[in-house]
Amino acid sequence: MATTTADVATAPVPSRRASRPSRRRLTGRQVILAFVAYVIAMVFLLPYAEMVITALRPKKELLSPGYFPQHWDFSNFTSIWKLGFGANILASLEVAGGATILVLLVALPAAYYTARRRFRGRALFLLLVLSTQMFQPAAMLVGIQREFISFGLPSPILSLILVNAGFNLAFATWILNAYFSSIPAELEEAAMVDGSGRLGALGRITLPLALPGIVTALIFTFIGAWNEFLVALTLTLGAPNSQTPITPAINSYIGQYSIDWGHLFAGSVIATIPVIILFAVIEGKVVSGLTAGSIK
Amino acid sequence: MSDQLATEVPPLAPRGGRPRGRILGGGPLGTVLRALVPLAWVGPAIALIGVVVLWPVVVMIQTSFKNIDSIGFDHGYTGTKNYDALFNRSELVGVIERTVVWTVAVVVVTMLISLGLAQLFNQRFPGRRVARWALIAPWAASVMMTAVIFRWALDGSNGVINIFLHDLGLVRLGSNQADWLGRPTAALIWMMAVAVFVSLPFTTYALLAGLQTIPADVYEASRVDGAGKWRTYWSITLPLLRPALIVAALINIINVFNSFPIIWEMTRGGPGYKTATSTLFMFQLKDAYVGQAAAMSVFNFVLVILVVLLFLRMTNWREQVGD
Repeated sequence: MATTTADVATAPVPSRRASRPSRRRLTGRQVILAFVAYVIAMVFLLPYAEMVITALRPKKELLSPGYFPQHWDFSNFTSIWKLGFGANILASLEVAGGATILVLLVALPAAYYTARRRFRGRALFLLLVLSTQMFQPAAMLVGIQREFISFGLPSPILSLILVNAGFNLAFATWILNAYFSSIPAELEEAAMVDGSGRLGALGRITLPLALPGIVTALIFTFIGAWNEFLVALTLTLGAPNSQTPITPAINSYIGQYSIDWGHLFAGSVIATIPVIILFAVIEGKVVSGLTAGSIK
Repeated sequence: MSDQLATEVPPLAPRGGRPRGRILGGGPLGTVLRALVPLAWVGPAIALIGVVVLWPVVVMIQTSFKNIDSIGFDHGYTGTKNYDALFNRSELVGVIERTVVWTVAVVVVTMLISLGLAQLFNQRFPGRRVARWALIAPWAASVMMTAVIFRWALDGSNGVINIFLHDLGLVRLGSNQADWLGRPTAALIWMMAVAVFVSLPFTTYALLAGLQTIPADVYEASRVDGAGKWRTYWSITLPLLRPALIVAALINIINVFNSFPIIWEMTRGGPGYKTATSTLFMFQLKDAYVGQAAAMSVFNFVLVILVVLLFLRMTNWREQVGD
């Protein structure tokens, strides 16, 4: 976690072993490797295939066992909106979007400044950021709940924006710090000599170069907040539907005596699609992002 | 360790000849203002961490010494009564034992499988990108949703896992045996499997990242020296992977210890408290006994910190990761 900038500078550069497989003739070994890897990939996808299949299973077929339904039924995907799922998506967008913007506003200056300047308390600040990595909402749920009660219970969405931003701040700051450190300060100085101010150099040189890191940090924050369950479940207790994000809303389809499996999985499919798109955006960056953010 | 960062980041040279004091002015006021400049950059981050992460810890510790009734009314401090009541609960020993087994088993199995997966997905083969992509699925989906899928798939009469086991002739649909989640031990094993499943993507990717920082010429040198595959793995790959292994294990320990959605969605910690870990137990206590739940949280919190410190000590992480 603690790092030397020398390592970080080399981190985003893929080594030769990471380069794409050559187009030359396949060896027998490669065929076997590919086969094993595809089987494992299938295993990883199977639960989510079952999620889609169950969402498309007609209600009366839920009680007739079989790998696939006899008829495919899309009605769960149309009737779920009548349960107010649209408002839940909106609430999740507000929570995840708000937390992401807040993290950007707070982490970017902190990461940039600690990467570029030595100041009194710098080590202490980095230690503070690092140690919050160890803190999880689950471990201090009672404290979070009591704190927001003492604040006079602001709207669940506002509370969730704050909590998600706070707990994702450490990772974002760390990954951004690593990216900023890997950009030579001389580049900025050169731009400043050419007449750009400090902010001009920051905007035209440093930020574009750090963009992959910024995008990765923001997407991780967004996904984390979008998928967060425990705090959302706790802080939305008794809240109106319009203030309830997706995860507690889907959880509410599990009743005490019966479970609305169809809507539960239709909602899960709808909720997972944006995340898959976001992960597709950063797919190539996940490895280098982790290298910069947590390994190094 | 952060000092190392500082020494290696070259401080900006006198910025374009602009003297430091020009904006803030000289004199004592300027000195004070200059000392406050870092605060303008890192202050918001400190404030957010303070409000959301640190203050709840204080509130939690306060609450653990307070008598708060089930409708949330605060009856003031009661000393260590909450701790006494918590430690007198007959369920507590079982809960702690399960938490230890849960954390150790899930983290160890996750690390071992991830080592294999990372090695496999670091090889060259056609379609590697697509295969790696599939690996991300449990990371992208909410853990809560993955847990619900497994709860459905383990349904005693209609779950797809049971249908599959039935077709293999191992389980009869609708039998007691097919009701995995109704039996505490079987439920725990299935839930640990789900916990491993959702931990694999991050861990594998973290180790892949570690593998890719190992320069290719190290392997070439070892090949020239005539080292075999296993020897290369033991004496080159694993030692060079150690920083990645330590960080991945550490993050997994923290995550798995604090894991909530899997057990909550699959058994709600039941029957009774028989499948609850300490995080679940805290949640179950929270509504009726806030003070005891807070005491449980404080206990968990101290335990996590101790385990992390112990782990870091055991692995000599300063030497391994610090430089």
